[in-house]
Amino acid sequence: MKPRYQNRTELLQGTLDLLILETLRWGPFHGYGISQAIRASSRDVLQVDTGSLYPALHRLERQKWIAADWKLSENKQRVRVYRLTAKGKKQLESERSRWELVSDAIAGVLNAAKKGSTA
Amino acid sequence: MKLFGRRNRNRELDEELQSHLQMAERDRRERGASTNDAAAAARQELGNTELIKEVTREMWGGASLERLAQDLRYGLRILVKAPGFTAVAVLTLALGIGANTAIFSVVNGVLFNPLPYPHPEQLVTLSESKPNFATGSISLPNFLDWQRENHTFSGMAMSRGYLVNLTGRGEPEQLRARFITSDLFSVLGVTPLLGRVFAPGEDRIGGAPIALISEGLWRRKLAASPSALGQTVALDGTGYTVVGVIPASFKLTLGSFNSIDVYLPVGQWNNPLLPTRGAGLGFHGIGRLKPGVTIEQARADLAAISQSLAATYPDTNKGIGATMFPLKQDMVHDVRVLLFVLLGAVGFVLLISCVNVANLMLARSSARRREFAVRTALGAGQGRLVRQLLTESLLLSLVGGGLGLLLAAWGTQAALRRLPAGLPRAGEVGLDGRVLLFTSIVTLACGLFFGLAPALRGARTNLHDTLKEGGRGESGVRHRAQGVLVVAEMALALVLLISAGLMLRSLQALWNVNPGFNSHNVLSFGVALPPSMRIATADGIRAALRNVDQQIKAVPGVTAVSLSWGALPLGGDDEDLFWIESQPKPATENEMKMALSYVVQEDYLRVMGVPLERGRFFTAHDNETAPHVAVIDDVFAKQYFGDQDPIGQRIVVPNKGGSAEIIGIVGHVKQWGLDRDDTESLRAQLYVPYMQLPDAAMRLSWNGTGVLLRYQPAAAATVGESVRSAVHSISSGHLMTETQTMDEIIANSLNARRFSMLLLGVFAFVALGLAVVGIYGVVSYLVGRRTQEIGIRIALGARSPDVLRMILSEGMKMTLLGVAIGFLAALALTRVMASMLFGVSTTDPITFSGVALLLAFVAAGACYIPARRATRVDPMLALRHE
Repeated sequence: MKPRYQNRTELLQGTLDLLILETLRWGPFHGYGISQAIRASSRDVLQVDTGSLYPALHRLERQKWIAADWKLSENKQRVRVYRLTAKGKKQLESERSRWELVSDAIAGVLNAAKKGSTA
Repeated sequence: MKLFGRRNRNRELDEELQSHLQMAERDRRERGASTNDAAAAARQELGNTELIKEVTREMWGGASLERLAQDLRYGLRILVKAPGFTAVAVLTLALGIGANTAIFSVVNGVLFNPLPYPHPEQLVTLSESKPNFATGSISLPNFLDWQRENHTFSGMAMSRGYLVNLTGRGEPEQLRARFITSDLFSVLGVTPLLGRVFAPGEDRIGGAPIALISEGLWRRKLAASPSALGQTVALDGTGYTVVGVIPASFKLTLGSFNSIDVYLPVGQWNNPLLPTRGAGLGFHGIGRLKPGVTIEQARADLAAISQSLAATYPDTNKGIGATMFPLKQDMVHDVRVLLFVLLGAVGFVLLISCVNVANLMLARSSARRREFAVRTALGAGQGRLVRQLLTESLLLSLVGGGLGLLLAAWGTQAALRRLPAGLPRAGEVGLDGRVLLFTSIVTLACGLFFGLAPALRGARTNLHDTLKEGGRGESGVRHRAQGVLVVAEMALALVLLISAGLMLRSLQALWNVNPGFNSHNVLSFGVALPPSMRIATADGIRAALRNVDQQIKAVPGVTAVSLSWGALPLGGDDEDLFWIESQPKPATENEMKMALSYVVQEDYLRVMGVPLERGRFFTAHDNETAPHVAVIDDVFAKQYFGDQDPIGQRIVVPNKGGSAEIIGIVGHVKQWGLDRDDTESLRAQLYVPYMQLPDAAMRLSWNGTGVLLRYQPAAAATVGESVRSAVHSISSGHLMTETQTMDEIIANSLNARRFSMLLLGVFAFVALGLAVVGIYGVVSYLVGRRTQEIGIRIALGARSPDVLRMILSEGMKMTLLGVAIGFLAALALTRVMASMLFGVSTTDPITFSGVALLLAFVAAGACYIPARRATRVDPMLALRHE
């Protein structure tokens, strides 16, 4: 029971990292902006829990994949804005290819199963 | 710097989340939500900010020290947030750790610390072994031979207590003195504060009158002046030159060595028996073994010397040997068992404290299951959770330990002040490095002990189930763990309660022992005649003592008076050798019979309420001019005369003037104490009339004779003062000393037992209280957990008594199991207390069953409260609760 649960967290974590990095490829965002962007671009399917988002942001920052600065928002509010670093760009590429590899593999498996069942 | 940076970061994190919240709120408002709804929804979406911050901070990483600081901060916050839980846990631990520290500091001071002399392991006590006594007193000639002929000792000394009257320096005062041989202080390795100790040879009979005085006396009577050396102090009318001052820190705390003010060379004692080889004058010795010599070698050495002395002086030394024990063993062997039993008892209290806190933590960890689950979901590893929970319990135990240390420091001093003076080395009890180390280890062990189980269980929280159950679900495992802890607690408490119960029964049995006399309304004190009387004739002293007797008799409220010399019931003892005149005279003193000896006057039986069994007691006519008479007790009669009638028989008592006719038999008095008397070998008691004391003995009695008097109960408050002024009115040189009621003397003889019972009782009741709190907590918790089930049962028609029975039986199952286990454990453990008990067996069925019932009853009471609450569950509310 325990191991299954741990796997799930890891999967979520890895995916969330990828989503954050991808979002920041389009330009700097604050935390709330990132969560809204992910939500919008996934057509409301993926809702990022704040409790996962901020730990992930701070972890990525510590790994120097993203960097943060305090800026003023359009509403004159001080916000912490994250941007992708060069190192982060490289990480994004490798994460992305890994993801594509995995999702292709999964798709392959699913398609094979579909073919098998129709055959 | 780093911490400062961290504080900044914390502030930034706050701000970041705050801005998130505001943006979410604004979005919602722009989409048309009302201000209130938007704020609420945004906050709900954000979730538990504290938790988010906590987990986010964990992502910052940092050194392990920093993580520890973080754990500590978080732990502190958690503890501060639950002040009730924290207070109960800390106090419980403080109590347990404090009691352990206090008792350990006593054990440490008394049993573990070395004696305050150089190379204490070389020191042994010395006594003569005699046919009647394993540790009899040493005669001066024998001592001198031991000292001269041994090859195993680097030094040897002996001493004996004595009372002297100090005059000429303010109010006359009675002082505790000690006759010592020259080497006493050099054997112990004690150097004087001022001046010198006695030189070899200065202790010989006929030597110059010199004295060593205590620092206390030096300050009190000699103004702490360096010029005290060479000054003369008048003791019993003789001028002694002060040659040295002994530091106040010197205490050879063998009971009788307490607070001695004057040390005199043994040769100054004008007792005519001093140079006699066969005399038993109460001298006991101390020796220092040469380096590398074992006590067995020393024993063999003195045994050989004793044999050659026995061959040379068969009259006095036949059957005489030497006994020795390590000094420390001799000083503490009486309290060893008591201290270890007490240490065991507080150990139990601590275990119960830990169990209780563990239980509290378990109950709390179920309340915190959701927190753990969320933290795990947010990425905190299991190791991290265990570490966090352990940090919390260690924090608790550290705070508890610190508080306990304070309690102990204060409590030990308070307890020692109330302690019977009998605890040897009490002055050396305190918090030293070893005690602190003990407390730290105990504290950490506690933290681990009560923290580990809940921590492991908390960390094993199953996220999926917990979240699904909305945090209310409960695994049966935890319930079982709590049940086991409660059972253990009950068992431990029962063992302690039984021990305390056995002590109480012993004390009760002792109070019911008839001491053989009526101790109520009897006053005991000493009277010394003026120093001028030291050269008086025996007749002069008799006249002076008669005068004292008359003056005291005339005091209002006094109903009977008797002078008393020799043994005092439950006080000092004194013995006489004798033989029965109709039997052949023994060849040596060692073949003579021995009896406790009381020298009293005609009203003694009226004063003490000792019953006359046969014949008659003394009258005023049994005086110095009348034929010598004696009275014996029933033990004496049975032991030495068997079926014969002792009355009219004659015995010869060399030290009391020779042949005397037995004229009466009185009841036996428990000389050796209410508890010990029956098992002592020397119990025969002999009474002789005061005025028939031989002249030499009479002349010795001028400087202190005992007086016993019976007073009317109404005069209890004033009789002491009235008698004192009556004594002083005879002359200013008359001194009254050591006033004590006989009831006080009896109570003092039971002090050590009462003290240990009190301590055990306190521990037992603390244990009982903790155990009751424990079972109450667990049953309350069970009721809370089963509210729904109970609601359903009630809805389905269960009546209050059914519910009550159901809950009570849960609690009582644990209680009875605990009681059963404790019962068996106590059967095995109380055996170690055997030497502390009196008149009650270590498996006394009344105590065992009574205490078990008491515990079961109290525990039932504790279960009843939550059970009662369960019957009031409203089925509708309980069901809607979900």
